[in-house]
Amino acid sequence: MLEVRNLVKKYGDKTAINGLDFTVESGEIVGLLGLNGAGKSTTMNCITGYLAPTEGTVAVDGFDLVKEPDKAKKLIGYLPEVFSYYSDMKIDEYLNFVCDLKGFTKNRKERKQHIENVCRKVGIGEISGRMIRNLSKGYKQRVGFAQALIGNPRVLILDEPTVGLDPSQIIEIRQLIRDSGKESTVIVSSHILSEIQSICSRIIVIHDGKIAADGTPEQLTGAAVNLGELTISVRSGNSETEKVLENLSCISVFSQLPDPEEGTVKYLLKGNGDRDIREEVFRTFAAAGIPLLQMSLKETSLENTFLHLTGQDSRTEHFGSVEPAAEHGGKI
Amino acid sequence: MSAIFKREFRAYFHTPLGYVIIAAVYFFTGYYFYTYNIYGGTTDFMQLFSLLFSVVLFIIPVLTMRLMSEEKKTKTDQLLLTAPVSGAGIVIGKYLSAVCVYIIAIAGTLLAAVIASFYGKVDWPCVTGNFIGLLLLGLAQIAICLFLSSITESQVIAAVLGFAVSLFLRLVDGISYVTGSPLLQKFFGYISFNERYSPFTLGIIELKNIVFFISAAVLFCIFSTAVLERKRWN
Repeated sequence: MLEVRNLVKKYGDKTAINGLDFTVESGEIVGLLGLNGAGKSTTMNCITGYLAPTEGTVAVDGFDLVKEPDKAKKLIGYLPEVFSYYSDMKIDEYLNFVCDLKGFTKNRKERKQHIENVCRKVGIGEISGRMIRNLSKGYKQRVGFAQALIGNPRVLILDEPTVGLDPSQIIEIRQLIRDSGKESTVIVSSHILSEIQSICSRIIVIHDGKIAADGTPEQLTGAAVNLGELTISVRSGNSETEKVLENLSCISVFSQLPDPEEGTVKYLLKGNGDRDIREEVFRTFAAAGIPLLQMSLKETSLENTFLHLTGQDSRTEHFGSVEPAAEHGGKI
Repeated sequence: MSAIFKREFRAYFHTPLGYVIIAAVYFFTGYYFYTYNIYGGTTDFMQLFSLLFSVVLFIIPVLTMRLMSEEKKTKTDQLLLTAPVSGAGIVIGKYLSAVCVYIIAIAGTLLAAVIASFYGKVDWPCVTGNFIGLLLLGLAQIAICLFLSSITESQVIAAVLGFAVSLFLRLVDGISYVTGSPLLQKFFGYISFNERYSPFTLGIIELKNIVFFISAAVLFCIFSTAVLERKRWN
């Protein structure tokens, strides 16, 4: 449905995106993730035809966006990050204008029906006669969503669709995106990782204008699981546990974590490299006769993956928000 | 293109701008018609059209100031540039909307001539020539001011630039008299709107003057399209 090949966009000497290559199939909801300035909006602007690429091609359903812009753009619905509207227009007038722009049917009855359907879908059916400038931010965003849905586009591009909305509006817009994904291919960018994770079937992480990762949320979080980091909880004292840990050749560092349960201690273990150390830890504690109550791999969230992929994890670790604070520990 | 034309034409009348511009031109047309024709007891419209030349020079920058600059400022150009409409289609749609409002505004001159025809013999070929001259002048100047509106985000700057360029085009033949260089004299004389417009007020319709105004209109519409497309490619 959407093919992006070797996409490059330069602003003077600065390269905003550098050789992006990806294909989005029908029915996929793809999330674009990236830090500010990573190239997400530039990518979206190139895909919608707002900007022409310096190199490479974008094709929508086989129509090249530069060679056949009219055919390609007819298939795209776009909600920009900041939805801009004509302050002198009412909602229905504006949506009629968008129908005209997209060359959607001139049949009055059919057009009226389409606009009513779109308005109902985004929840502005009751207020379609109001001036857009008098609406709240949430309703304006819905009008923006409605204009993107005009003409039943095959590809829907949404740039930060929930920014500035209150929690209930965010939930509604997310549901709208999910519903739209049943009929269109959706590409959505957002800074809210949980939003991307809950909406998208696939995530593309852009960093420094290049694709840093591309896969399902499960694949991305799974790829970042570090088998060499374990949290264990044992029914024993500090000294006995640390004695066992010091004799474990497969771990390089351990540190005690706070444990609210009386008579138990909790430790974070780091192995030598990424190999799985769970079995060796289990056998060693069993041989020492110390009950191992709990053992878990370090939890990997999309946030951790994102920080790791964009090279921000070391900085975050430095500030202590990723690693739990250690009480004391040792090195073998 | 027709979508842009319809929106822009309606926009003139969603705000007081279209009404104010039409009322202003009708006011000056009525004032000169009363002063020179009714009070002077003549059906000669040459004076009225000559005076309207100056009025039009100051009205058109106001007519066109928001056409492109407002889109850039409010970022509504994003909708237009991502829609299946070409850059030329956007510019022509906007241009034609301004031209239509302009035609409505100057149509008062024909109304004045019709009224005068009830009381005396009107020289219709002369009136028609004058009207065509005023129309062609407007076509060229609207295109120039549309281009000026496309290079800035500020309506005020667009209007001020429009006034400055309009005044320059009005006075440029004066510069041609004071310059010593025959080449510059010829050049300034060639681009002078006054020189080109004057034959029309005498009822003389010359092809070279028609071509001049239409060429200027086409050229500046192309410039406006280039400015719009430049944004996409840079």
